[in-house]
Amino acid sequence: MNNLIVIAALLAVMTLAYQLGMAKSGKQASRLAREKNHQAMHSRPHHHGALVAFWATVPAFAIFLLWSWFAPWMVNQMVIAQLPDHLAQLSGNELNAVLRRISNIANDFVSGGVLADWEIAAAQYYREMQEIAYAIMLALVSAAVALGLFLSYRKVNPALRARNAMEKVIKAVLIISSTIAILTTIGIVLSMVGETLRFFTYVSPTDFFFGTTWNPRFSTVGTGQQGEFGLLPLLSGTLLVASVALLVAIPLGLLSAIYLAEYAPKRLRNVAKPIIEILAGIPTIVYGFFALVTVGPFLAGLGDSVGLDIRATSALTAGVVMGIMIIPFISSLSDDILTQVPKSLRDGSLGLGATKSETIRKVVLPAALPGISGAVLLAASRAVGETMIVVLAAGNSPNLTANPFEAVSTMTVTIVNQLTGDNDFSSPQSLVAFALGLTLFVITLILNIVALLIVRKFREQYD
Amino acid sequence: MTESSSNSTPSAATQGWSVQDKVSASLRSRKRKEKAFKNLGLASVLVSLALVAILFINIFSKGIPAFWQTSMELDIYFDPQIVNVPEKPVQQADESFYDFDNRLQEWETELGFVNFNALINNAIIPLLPDFERSQTRFLTQLITSGERHALRQMVMDDPSVIGQTKTLRLLTAANIDVWLKGNIDRDLPDEQQQLPALVRDWADQLYAEGAIQNRFSTALFMNPDSRSSLASAGLAGAFVGSFYMMLIVIFLAIPMGVAAAIYLEEFAPKNKITDVIEVNINNLAAVPSIIFGLLGAAVFINWFNLPMSAPVVGGLVLSLMTLPTVIIATRSTLRAIPPSIRSAALGLGASRTQTVFHHVLPLAIPGILTGSILGVAQALGETAPLLLIGMKSFVASVPQTPFDQSTALPVQIYLWQGNELRNFFEARTSAAIIVLLMLMLSLNALAIWLRRKLEVRW
Amino acid sequence: MTQAQANPATTVTARNVEVFYGDTQAIKGIDLDVHTNEVLSFIGPSGCGKSTFLRCLNRMNDTIAGCRVTGSIELDGKDIYHPSVDEVLLRARVGMVFQKPNPFPKSIYDNIAYGPKLHGLVERKPELDDIVESSLRRAGLWEEVKDRLHAPGTGLSGGQQQRLCIARTIAVSPEVILMDEPCSALDPIATGIIEELIHDLKEKFTIVIVTHNMQQAARVSDRTAFFHLGDLVEVSPTDELFTNPKNKRTEDYITGRYG
Repeated sequence: MNNLIVIAALLAVMTLAYQLGMAKSGKQASRLAREKNHQAMHSRPHHHGALVAFWATVPAFAIFLLWSWFAPWMVNQMVIAQLPDHLAQLSGNELNAVLRRISNIANDFVSGGVLADWEIAAAQYYREMQEIAYAIMLALVSAAVALGLFLSYRKVNPALRARNAMEKVIKAVLIISSTIAILTTIGIVLSMVGETLRFFTYVSPTDFFFGTTWNPRFSTVGTGQQGEFGLLPLLSGTLLVASVALLVAIPLGLLSAIYLAEYAPKRLRNVAKPIIEILAGIPTIVYGFFALVTVGPFLAGLGDSVGLDIRATSALTAGVVMGIMIIPFISSLSDDILTQVPKSLRDGSLGLGATKSETIRKVVLPAALPGISGAVLLAASRAVGETMIVVLAAGNSPNLTANPFEAVSTMTVTIVNQLTGDNDFSSPQSLVAFALGLTLFVITLILNIVALLIVRKFREQYD
Repeated sequence: MTESSSNSTPSAATQGWSVQDKVSASLRSRKRKEKAFKNLGLASVLVSLALVAILFINIFSKGIPAFWQTSMELDIYFDPQIVNVPEKPVQQADESFYDFDNRLQEWETELGFVNFNALINNAIIPLLPDFERSQTRFLTQLITSGERHALRQMVMDDPSVIGQTKTLRLLTAANIDVWLKGNIDRDLPDEQQQLPALVRDWADQLYAEGAIQNRFSTALFMNPDSRSSLASAGLAGAFVGSFYMMLIVIFLAIPMGVAAAIYLEEFAPKNKITDVIEVNINNLAAVPSIIFGLLGAAVFINWFNLPMSAPVVGGLVLSLMTLPTVIIATRSTLRAIPPSIRSAALGLGASRTQTVFHHVLPLAIPGILTGSILGVAQALGETAPLLLIGMKSFVASVPQTPFDQSTALPVQIYLWQGNELRNFFEARTSAAIIVLLMLMLSLNALAIWLRRKLEVRW
Repeated sequence: MTQAQANPATTVTARNVEVFYGDTQAIKGIDLDVHTNEVLSFIGPSGCGKSTFLRCLNRMNDTIAGCRVTGSIELDGKDIYHPSVDEVLLRARVGMVFQKPNPFPKSIYDNIAYGPKLHGLVERKPELDDIVESSLRRAGLWEEVKDRLHAPGTGLSGGQQQRLCIARTIAVSPEVILMDEPCSALDPIATGIIEELIHDLKEKFTIVIVTHNMQQAARVSDRTAFFHLGDLVEVSPTDELFTNPKNKRTEDYITGRYG
């Protein structure tokens, strides 16, 4: 809560500094106006105000943020140094638990149990340290405010290019924001590569990429029993489910798109298109539930009645439901692409006496093929990376099989399983999730980039 | 150029009548194919629409009954004989906080030994005319266990209720709800039933008499999750968790996304670097969400030591995930604004920045809002990345701050669908799904409404 | 071949044709005969309905939503708007060349073979090869493309593409070829080649051409029809129309008072 006060104070300073800067430069402006010297004032008063406000608060805020990051760590270290020996020896999680309890006591959130003397002592020490840290922070922030305000206020004068300076600040903010996207990608790659390399110190890449058995035992490091980490059963499961999904989604999505783009009366199109697109907005967990409680039993029953042995949770169940999910991806992208095929091509074909369907099949679709294959690749990437449907409905058994009626497991399911178990983060059982994630990332990256390039090229062709 | 006149004409297609005949001959089968193709397309549309309908009807028919839950209105007498505890301690002037706290906890522990079930039983017994003393142990199966904690909480908050009679509505146990709603086969043999025959008879009897009623359940919305008292498991914790995360997404992803889009669209030079950024953003929008979960686990939790299961981490992860969506939506909105507006402003002597912020951005606001809302809706429904940052763990309280352990709506759905008491939780999960879908639907409706209301046409 | 003179044979007979786009009337009661093996050109200011009327002749207007045609248009004495008439058959008999060259994104060969294959005009590959060659020859394109028949048609120059489209049209041996401003997207040299081609094609086909270029009409056509605001103002032999127009509006137009 104290932090909120600081932020509120900074906001107040910001308004004040803005007014100060504006007032000073406003005075200068009116003086210049009296002297009929309109050219001399480079920037308008509110630019000066904004610049003063910026210097008065932003550096201070940066200090505040840094300190809020650094101080708790500092305080924790000092408290740990004060703790009785047997506690200071504790490792990571246990020590954290102790610290959390101390901080709770210090902040009067007592969570039950009778307090030991050392706890009270530590809590009191903790509180003192917190107060000192807070005082230091206040001092630093006030100094930054004072300094920033003083320097920038002094600099307010007609020649100062306050507008340009402000614009530079704005541009810097914009640039920083646009690098976040890049940083995210770098973060993804670095974090996953790092953890994957750690994983490969336990399991050799050959065993991982070409192993045909997936059986990571839940054992701790050092017992020798590490289990087998073969990727192939998971990869085959992933591809099997994704193939079923595409087999469902491509015909339905593409034919729907063709019908809606070429045949449907306007009213049907206006109603049907958004309804089908609803399918894309439904959270995947909902599909997973639907697959588990409705589609799975239905397919199993259907299998029974025709003498097929279909598991309720199988590659088929997950694939069919995933297919339903990606229908709108295919249909709306294809629709876009079909409507971009120029009318002149259709006219040319119709003018020769082709029927509508002949025109579509022999002229429009071939012309749209690159774009549509881009759409299919994007849908495939979506299918390969989809998690919740397969977690719930694919049966979670890592079999190396091509039979869609059997239960399978996928890379995404395994990532969830390995990271949500009780494994230590640095055990191969957890680290393998990152190796799987990296593999998945590379696969989808390739699919996405190829698809994006194809679609982009297609668009350029008919623009 | 024109040797054509000197060239002999081909045999097949010389005379008009011959072409006509051949075309006519092919017409019937071509028309049939035309019709078949068209019908195939129509069938696909209908199948897709039917799938939407089946999905919704399925979820709604399962979930809507779960908004009503069986409960019992009972006159609970807080019998001082049973609630036999000393006065609630009050902090003395010379007492330190720690000493007082220890006394308070002793008192609460003593309260914990009180048999609140007996209070409930005493209220129920008069309603069961054939009740025998030996059947007392079955009584606890009627009311869900969370209610006795609620009674204890009442006493803890206000000890003056001791000795009074309060009329309270208590939820029945989940199994009673299942039995009375017919969600379990009533003809199953005894050993497969969740409840003993006696309790089933009581339930039927009380239901017939109107003592047990099927009422709209506020527990679903007001309570946090619970594992010991299934009937009182609710979405409150998940709501608050999701709410915090959406706040973070709104305050992080949207401003940053808009800023990035403005830079890329209005300022950035068109060169290799911006091209890479462009491809990167498009790719990021298509990266599987679970990868963002891995990023969160490795960076926020393992490196930065942020707390597991906390909405703040979930919010950060979802923000990174939503960022490309916001950027793409904003860029396409900016691109749709005619360049003439920029030229006009620049021509009047406005700087590039002024042009963008005074003239272009205001026009882009409807599109940005719509895109952002859709991005938030998508983030609201996301599950997989949250599982990886520890949100899978059971949390029985409503998070006070974004740093507390919490769950989220879609994760709550995931947790509930896995509950062993299928008969009860299938419906409750569906109800939670309906709540989630309704929230997303209202966000989408808001987006559509805003677009209609603010739409600018050129 | 008969010359279009005293009592020429008529291929298309249009009587009282009116066209509406929704509530807007685009064509107001037009009567017009198209003579066999003539080149008839339609001229007039933009929006006068000449293209609309042209597109009535092979029912390409059917593809435009909200377009309604009344009156009668007969091809060889049969009403083409009669319910029993199939537009597929009609369009095989009345081919069309469009304003912008629109080769299909297929090979040159496949572009030409498209129509004959569609209509089942050929049974064997050699026959198809014959049609492709003769059509390309007729369109004056054979020498230029014979070595790259399987290269994409979209790789040709604009003028070549338009000749490819003409070849594609004549490959189904239509009786009438409709040309909707076929040279408007081409440079003068390509235009000259197409005009020569039209002159040669007259021998085999009846050609109706829409043009906004009066010189072109004068160069290629036997007769010229002048459209204005949905009316057919005047139709006369080309020499007569340009030298001695009967109607004041025609005169104003050809002398450049408006356009």
